[in-house]
Amino acid sequence: MSEITAEQVAHLANLARIALTEEEIAHLTTELGQIMQAVEKVGEVATPDVPPTSHPIPMQNVFRDDVVGDDVLTAEQAVAGAPEADGSRFVVSAILGEEQ
Amino acid sequence: MSEIIRLTAAELGAKIAAGEVSSVEATRAHLDRIASVDGAVHAFLHVNDEGALAAAADVDRRRAAGEAFGPLAGVPIAIKDVLVTEGMPSTAGSRILEGWIPPYDATPVRLVREAGMIPLGKTNMDEFAMGSSTEHSAYGPTHNPWDLDRIPGGSGGGSAASVAAFEAPLALGSDTGGSIRQPAHVTGTVGVKPTYGAVSRYGSIALASSLDQIGPVTRTVLDAALLQDVIAGHDPHDSTSIPEAWPSMADAVRRADVAGVRIGVVKQLDSGGVQAGVRSRFHESLALLERNGAEIVEIDAPNFEYAIAAYYLILPAEASSNLAKFDSVRFGLRVTPEGGGTVEQVMAASREAGFGPEVKRRIILGTYALSAGYYDAYYGSAQKVRTLVQRDFENAFAKVDVLATPTAPTTAFKLGEKLDDPLAMYLNDVATIPANLAGVPGISLPAGLAPEDGLPVGIQFLAPARQDARLYNVGAALERLLEAEWGGPLLNRAPDLSSHEMAAAEEGVI
Amino acid sequence: MARAALMDFDKALELFEPVIGLEVHVELNTMTKMFSSAPNPANSAFHVAEPNTLITPVCLGLPGSLPVVNGEAVRSSISLGLALGCEIAPSSRFARKNYFYPDLAKNYQISQYDEPIAFDGEVEVELENGRVFQVPIERAHMEEDAGKLTHVGGSTGRIQGAEYSLVDYNRAGVPLVEIVTRPIFGAEADAPALARAYVSTIRDIAISLGISEARMERGNLRCDANVSLRPRGQEKLGTRTETKNVNSFRSIERAVRYEIQRQAAILADGGSITQETRHWHEDTGTTSAGRPKSDADDYRYFPEPDLLPVVPSPELIEELRAALPEPPAARRRRLKGEWGFTDLDFQGVVNSDLLVEVTQTVAAGATPAAARKWWTGELARIANAQNVDAASLATPEHVAELAQLVDSGTLTDRLARQVLEGVIAGEGSPQQVVDARGLAVVSDDGALIAAIDEALASQPDVLAKIRDGKVQAAGAVIGAVMKAMQGKADAARVRELVLERATTD
Repeated sequence: MSEITAEQVAHLANLARIALTEEEIAHLTTELGQIMQAVEKVGEVATPDVPPTSHPIPMQNVFRDDVVGDDVLTAEQAVAGAPEADGSRFVVSAILGEEQ
Repeated sequence: MSEIIRLTAAELGAKIAAGEVSSVEATRAHLDRIASVDGAVHAFLHVNDEGALAAAADVDRRRAAGEAFGPLAGVPIAIKDVLVTEGMPSTAGSRILEGWIPPYDATPVRLVREAGMIPLGKTNMDEFAMGSSTEHSAYGPTHNPWDLDRIPGGSGGGSAASVAAFEAPLALGSDTGGSIRQPAHVTGTVGVKPTYGAVSRYGSIALASSLDQIGPVTRTVLDAALLQDVIAGHDPHDSTSIPEAWPSMADAVRRADVAGVRIGVVKQLDSGGVQAGVRSRFHESLALLERNGAEIVEIDAPNFEYAIAAYYLILPAEASSNLAKFDSVRFGLRVTPEGGGTVEQVMAASREAGFGPEVKRRIILGTYALSAGYYDAYYGSAQKVRTLVQRDFENAFAKVDVLATPTAPTTAFKLGEKLDDPLAMYLNDVATIPANLAGVPGISLPAGLAPEDGLPVGIQFLAPARQDARLYNVGAALERLLEAEWGGPLLNRAPDLSSHEMAAAEEGVI
Repeated sequence: MARAALMDFDKALELFEPVIGLEVHVELNTMTKMFSSAPNPANSAFHVAEPNTLITPVCLGLPGSLPVVNGEAVRSSISLGLALGCEIAPSSRFARKNYFYPDLAKNYQISQYDEPIAFDGEVEVELENGRVFQVPIERAHMEEDAGKLTHVGGSTGRIQGAEYSLVDYNRAGVPLVEIVTRPIFGAEADAPALARAYVSTIRDIAISLGISEARMERGNLRCDANVSLRPRGQEKLGTRTETKNVNSFRSIERAVRYEIQRQAAILADGGSITQETRHWHEDTGTTSAGRPKSDADDYRYFPEPDLLPVVPSPELIEELRAALPEPPAARRRRLKGEWGFTDLDFQGVVNSDLLVEVTQTVAAGATPAAARKWWTGELARIANAQNVDAASLATPEHVAELAQLVDSGTLTDRLARQVLEGVIAGEGSPQQVVDARGLAVVSDDGALIAAIDEALASQPDVLAKIRDGKVQAAGAVIGAVMKAMQGKADAARVRELVLERATTD
């Protein structure tokens, strides 16, 4: 199942929003195939009776009080690191797609 | 070389407390050392000269005014660039964050500042902590102070090298699959990955959220314990932070005694795949512990051999999501395609230009592991292996108090040697990864030099979750026994970097 | 855009059975956001704010920041789940939904996927015509809202043709509960009305729980309507469309109706329905095609590693269950009795979706009759003319104040309507409008008497007639006085005074 095509890698790059070059796609297609072959090993022992673990240290019900914190930023601080802003809002170029 | 920089953090803290050395003098001595050797070592991405001296002066002033401080107050510290620092650039070794100055401090950074420690600057690392050699830094590799042609380990090579090169008495690191312990192993230093949740992850630029842990990088076990005592504790900003209070790790060091301690040797990690000199030093250490009252038991951990595979599914999956925020909208690099483009194209071009090859490789891998139709086979199965690795640990800790392994299979390899072979690079983490999957704590401390290449070798101990004190007990005991044999710390045998200092000066680098 | 062909609604119902499914997003009004301690703009205290001022590093997804769950939002979600008749999951967890969009700071949304907090519920919904439906609820889950984009340049202010967009993350992280129904069968011709009544019921529930401001015009309540048709006698469900951007009760009904007519025309013509997102256009009353659902919608859900499972104790669930307000249907029966309304009057209020407004207006001090009169009368008329919901025009407090000004004689009905115009125009509270526009009834007899004397003096023939006992002649004088007073006089009092002045010297 680890046969990976260049088309798949291109699709993944699109999902991950990385404009990979053709050379990168070709290179990654080979590498990804090799890596997946190695990591598929997990299937040997991951039988249906084994429950998955998402958190290494089991805890539950960690909640915050509904109180405004002391780390609220000003608009100035918010946009300080932005590549482009209009003073209080972030500026992005035209959007092709639509909201999800 | 100034005497101040040869002191351990504990010794320096004591001298500052006694008024024999001021924090400003201590800070200046380390800044001078950085200025003279970092051209060769390249442990730092950013040196906080003025800020450090101002902070040191402030601590000196407050102490003179009678303020009470802890044992590390006034002591300089280096900070891995994965931790965000208010007022200091924080790049995580990536081009995509070049020049970004965060508006807040990571919790561990805030805690070291509150303890009166002096941040010297930010240390180099593999980009977004993805790597075992620091060669994946967008800002060039760090060099191993033992041999400048070799890797300092990774991802926290900068923190380890800064400590090994006496540029800082101690440092903060992060460990997702061995990024604190493996650099300690190859640089003859001490590194601890605390229990998952012991130290807050708030402000640590996330690689893999369920694996990342912040910890100490030092030259002695006591220094690591003192630093862990400063940074550990509950943080309401991190939901996965453990709420219970911690016992003093420094006390565990001071009471260190291995008599009656049961030490398990994981047979799967004590194999022919380990370099001979690494393995011989490992067994000598075990023998030394046994002679001093420890009991050595062989342990079977059959699922450890699946740990790397599980790790290289879980890590890329979580990382692919964690790194999605680097999209050129709110912070970081923006690259606009020629002739403009839609926001989608700008995002894709920025990420293409801002991420290095290893980061792209893992993002694509993680995207694949999570994508529709593959989740169960990959991410889901990896989470099951995680359960199995935890069970192996549970079974082992039912029989022994701690586990011991060589920290990594080989000593420091040459820069560039494994750069084109990701799978070979990934194998470096074989012994360190199980602890991250299970959330248990681990320590690496120097076990000697490998006879065949004269390079440092580390030994790793692992303890059950929340039993970090056991690591400090065993680690401190072994450190004392080994140093008695060696007649001093291992780092005394490290090459003198002053020749590079002179060479660099002659070349006009400094 | 070519206007789609529509089939006559009754004809469409003859040929096809409509199946609808509704997704309603409820913004919770907690003080702070779902995963950060930033002020929550869905709480009325923070409704008005400058861009990017209600944010912490968490809302911006700054590197290193981490989410922490708002415990109050969890309690609100459990209460809502219980009010929807749902089971509360003994353990639920958060998951990441991964997709890139500039209003989504982390480029993943923290939501719930395979383990929602509430599931398997049922809500009783009553239509205007008295039909009662049990709407089956599949699930209700917690998630965070996205920020807001403003499209600049281009002519329409819409996304198409914009030169660039501005991003404000104040809304990013606002706590949401998404309520998803199962497919609703059997509504037939009532499907559009049912969709509207269902959302209205969700609003009533949210308001009675006090967990949301639930104002559609502010986006506190948002509805996506799924519509599919299947030919009569066919078992298999048809392909559905999901209409978004439906932001008023009226438009929910219109959008569902439109989709039924549009899809019917296509199917009857031998065409097929594309599974897609469609956008509702309030101005034209039509929907347009959006993004087709495709393989690109690979959200790569996985358990959120930064958050831990939510495991509500049975005690907490029972505590919240015990505190639930009466269900809307029962409440309506009670209110009708308390207010003493006829069936017709009460149904008028319910059918206009004004029950909440009338209730709140009564609570603010108006009589039930006055509250009903203003909401279903003048306000409903203006709302209809402007194609908006009446609730968006005025607050219950203002309407109560207006009614009280009429009761106390400060305003006549006619003046009150002028005052209401001012309130709707944003000129302030009724009293402020009265003051600013000088609209109060002239209750100073001295001023009235002066005007009356002047009118009588200028119309001696009328005065003579009145003195002769022809009191109906007084009308001319009353008219002149009212005109002189610019209508700001109580006509009955003027009449009294005219007769008094005419018969005394």
